[in-house]
Amino acid sequence: MAKFLRINMSDLSVQEQSVPAKYKELGGRGLTSNLVAEEVPPTCHPLGPRNKLVFAPGIVTGSIAPSSGRISVGSKSPLTGGIKESNAGTPFAQSLARLGYKAFVIEGIPDETEQRWLVRISAKGVELVSVPELKGKNTYETVSLLKQKYGDVDICTIGSAGEKKMAMAGICFNDPEYRASRYSGRGGLGAVLGSKGIKAIVVDKAKGSIPMADEDGFKVGQRKLVEAIRSHDVTKPGGTLNSYGTAALINVLSQAGGLPVRNFSEGVFAGAEKTSGETIAKTVKERGGAGMTGHACHPGCIIRCSNVWAKPDGSEHVSCIEYESDWALGANLDVDDLDDIATMIYLCNDYGIDTIEAGVTLGVAMEAGLAAFGDSKKAIELLQEVGKGTPLGHIIGNGAEFTGRAYGVTRVPVVKGQGMPAYEPRAVKGIGITYITSPMGADHTAGYTIAPEILSVGGEVDPLENTGKAELSRAFQATTAFLDSTGYCLFIAFPILDITSGFEGMVATVNGVLGTDYDADKVVAIGKEILKVERRFNEEAGFTKAHDRPPEYMRYEKLPPHNHIYDVSDEDLDKVWDF
Amino acid sequence: MIEVTVRLFATLRRYQACEDLQELTVAVPESTTLTDLLAQLGVPEKEVKTIFVNNRRRQWDYRLTHNDQVGIFPPIAGG
Repeated sequence: MAKFLRINMSDLSVQEQSVPAKYKELGGRGLTSNLVAEEVPPTCHPLGPRNKLVFAPGIVTGSIAPSSGRISVGSKSPLTGGIKESNAGTPFAQSLARLGYKAFVIEGIPDETEQRWLVRISAKGVELVSVPELKGKNTYETVSLLKQKYGDVDICTIGSAGEKKMAMAGICFNDPEYRASRYSGRGGLGAVLGSKGIKAIVVDKAKGSIPMADEDGFKVGQRKLVEAIRSHDVTKPGGTLNSYGTAALINVLSQAGGLPVRNFSEGVFAGAEKTSGETIAKTVKERGGAGMTGHACHPGCIIRCSNVWAKPDGSEHVSCIEYESDWALGANLDVDDLDDIATMIYLCNDYGIDTIEAGVTLGVAMEAGLAAFGDSKKAIELLQEVGKGTPLGHIIGNGAEFTGRAYGVTRVPVVKGQGMPAYEPRAVKGIGITYITSPMGADHTAGYTIAPEILSVGGEVDPLENTGKAELSRAFQATTAFLDSTGYCLFIAFPILDITSGFEGMVATVNGVLGTDYDADKVVAIGKEILKVERRFNEEAGFTKAHDRPPEYMRYEKLPPHNHIYDVSDEDLDKVWDF
Repeated sequence: MIEVTVRLFATLRRYQACEDLQELTVAVPESTTLTDLLAQLGVPEKEVKTIFVNNRRRQWDYRLTHNDQVGIFPPIAGG
């Protein structure tokens, strides 16, 4: 039977318990957000003893559901001060689910703050292991050492940034080849893990599956979903995601005039071609060696959108150059050199920090004059300060808002303290609504209206128009909250938005695992309930309507080439939550 | 005749005479539609998803004017 695992760092105890009834039909984000809302006082200090960190694989994770190897991590965020869920694609998710864990919860804080602990989860049981030898080590070295020590395992770890409790720190998981490259990146959850004295979690690699209420129903759904994924032009084998990766969006957003350049100063990037998915694919092919496109972040993914970037001599540099990282450390800094971008991604992976937050923060740092826009070498040096843990490194490592305040910068593109991702709100009004109203802070995956606004997926709406966008963002946020609970990669949304049988198949796999009879309406209703729980937590944490607003300067500064300001009214923004 | 600059992206580059070219300058009759442009370029309609003209997504009955900058994409998505 599925279990909860509770690890208490105040008394260094480990306890397995059966899953409480109210969590039986939850998984992923639905589980983490409900548990956090239930057990974490909304006004607690995120790095204090009352915050908790919840890890939960998705509802179908660990089964043969396609592209479903994802784990959600939830807590109160040190970056936003609100509730946070961020998820990663990694074999760790599948192993944890197959070992029978619906979730593990880390609570309390050790008295002794200098120690480092490792949680070892194996088929034999769970134990806390003291690991002083790992203290201060970064993620690539840590993953390598743990692999050597434990063998056939999956690994979760934090880098030095998390140990130093920087608000940009993420939680790192291994990819199938044991790179320290898959992240629960947003919101500083690595700092929470660091505050609890935990350096790593190691689980036995597990084969098999997960318990299922209706295996036949599951299989029918699985086949329909696989069919939809395999037939949609975006997600099919040899399709654009598989061939070019997510960085194919660099050219798209630049053409749309919505790719944020130079700290969100304009929407077209002269270096778009040089940093595009097309150039990545071409260069990877030319350099040969260890480079590849069509890489999978977990076994069982049939989309395979990740890549491994090689150096000019063919040796491996980093996995992976994906759209957000490419933009944040590229266009946003006016940097157009993929090798320099790759170096910065490697540093972020190694120190254990979110590439999006790093890029937005470096953009603010450049605005503050710490480096010239386009000076990639200086940007690398600024990132290295984070690794060294210097005072400047602590400033940068605590994010864009913190850095902006330290240097008196007004043009700080954040909402609820979290840096905006790779879509400019003034050019794509609906994604702006998601950034502004999501309980997560500025978050693109939370309600990806880019699909109809730019990509012509799930319909077409004008990105520069405001009408109907509150409802659009709300609909996306609700459906996404459900999808984030299933364990599926969000990229299945592209085929299931366009192919009805794909959507039905997805729902059927969930019903097959849980023994429920959800339909499309119920799925959206469940998503809305999750959003309500999250919003209530935020309200009790002190958030008001004033926090659902764009950065002030976007209300008056026109963004070329369309020269719009962010003009979705406060009333319309508040409409998102009218349900 | 008018001139427009055209960029084909991702899988559509294979329809260029030289795949490495980032931008093509194309002469077309005035008021040519985007549908006509695709035909002239030899790009199959069913492979095209989104067309931008001067940074705005346009329907394919849009009529081109001199110096328009056109970006043509197959189905693409990401995150």
